[in-house]
Amino acid sequence: MLAIRKPGFLNRLYLIEIIRGLWITMKNFLFHKKVTLQFPEQRRDYSNRYRGQHYIKAVNGVENCTACMLCPTVCPAECIHIVAGEREDKEKYPVKFEIDSLRCCFCGMCEEACPKDAIKLSNIYEMSQQTRTVYEKDFLLEQRGNK
Amino acid sequence: MSSLEPMMMFIKIGIVLAGLLATVPIMLFVERRGSALMQNRLGPNRMGPFGLFQAACDVIKFIFKEDRAPGHVNKFYYTIAPWVAVIPAFMTFAVIPFAGSLTLDGTTTHFQIANLDVGVLYCFSIASLGVYGIIMAGWASNNHYSLLGSLRSSAQMISYELTLGLSLVGLMMVFQSVKLGDIVFEQGETLFTLGAIAVPKWGIFIQPVGFLLFLVSVFAETNRLPFDLPEGESELIAGYHLEYGSMRFALFMMAEFINMAVASALITTLFFGGWQLLPFFSVLVSHVQSLGLIPDPNLVEVIFQGLSFIIKVAFWMWFFVWVRWTLPRFRFDQLMNLGWKVLFPVGLLNVLVTGFLIYKGVL
Repeated sequence: MLAIRKPGFLNRLYLIEIIRGLWITMKNFLFHKKVTLQFPEQRRDYSNRYRGQHYIKAVNGVENCTACMLCPTVCPAECIHIVAGEREDKEKYPVKFEIDSLRCCFCGMCEEACPKDAIKLSNIYEMSQQTRTVYEKDFLLEQRGNK
Repeated sequence: MSSLEPMMMFIKIGIVLAGLLATVPIMLFVERRGSALMQNRLGPNRMGPFGLFQAACDVIKFIFKEDRAPGHVNKFYYTIAPWVAVIPAFMTFAVIPFAGSLTLDGTTTHFQIANLDVGVLYCFSIASLGVYGIIMAGWASNNHYSLLGSLRSSAQMISYELTLGLSLVGLMMVFQSVKLGDIVFEQGETLFTLGAIAVPKWGIFIQPVGFLLFLVSVFAETNRLPFDLPEGESELIAGYHLEYGSMRFALFMMAEFINMAVASALITTLFFGGWQLLPFFSVLVSHVQSLGLIPDPNLVEVIFQGLSFIIKVAFWMWFFVWVRWTLPRFRFDQLMNLGWKVLFPVGLLNVLVTGFLIYKGVL
């Protein structure tokens, strides 16, 4: 049975309850641990699986990418543009490798599709820009992750 | 009339104006930092030590922002509304005594800009003018939310002004005066002594119910939480100042903070002995007087009286912020119920009981 409890007279006066509430506020003000993270100095730890800014893995200064076009094919946002070329040793390589950072949805499908372990998503999450930015190959070749 | 008198007048006006203007940035800082700490955040702490210069930054931002009015407003009323809100807020402070009296070269100065015969009634009449600014702002903004906000504000102000006045009737009956100077002076007397502790004749000890009524209705008068329905952001976005920006909005904010300062000063003056020294201060005064750094012992007393007044007012200003982050906002019908069905009858009863007690000679 649903019991309807009517608050007593003292409770309905609210005065005691308000004073108790004020004390709770004061306790939070004085003693409680503050949850603010002082951002540029303190940083939150993200998982290693976090999908942030892209980079192309390079070994001995040569990119792993062979311009197989799997990543632009799989990319749902169609943000990867590759122009393939040939090196002197007859090896295929990307002459141009561009990622439109505004179109990218950071799904990580390119990373999954890559057979050469070349394209990677790093842990970097500070990517705000003031203009439309296309990541060029030189920029992507900076090794900014350890995956 | 000696030559000292007009000079002292200017000094008094200067102190009050500077003090009131200084409260605005201080309260900006206290409200932002205080509310943050109460919500377990840190708040703005980058500018200067403890973020103290944040208020200055806010002010500079307000000044340099573009001052533009939307096309659909009534230009005339839109422009004057913030001023109509802010000027009465400043005017109210004129009758509040902020220190005792000082005698220099035979001229006695009472530290109160004007000791009007109507005293506290002047405060109420001027304070109720402030609502015109809010109504004008809401009407001129040509916006449903703003209009609703100002409608609520006017209904709330009228309902609570009744209780506000009524809660002080008992106090006026006891002190036989509406002059704030007299009320403060009489509060210096001792009500009764408990062993070594002398309980002063402060308004709160004579009229505890009146104090509670006054406190609640003053919150409604200043549009502060839990009665900030005119600007309830969850239902009215920002209420009456929705269409305002830059310095015009800042003026509304200034009016709110100065209203808070005046309300705190009134609470202090009427119920907490005004400039009467805080309990432990009388020892300090005699100590400083014996040191002889300041030649005039009267001046020392006045300085400490002013300091006591400031401390008391500061506590009540802090109380406004404190309550803001404790109580949720009332619903409009709850607000009206509380005003008309609870506070108003209790106020009448308080007057009746006080009259009876005075008749019996208890008070």
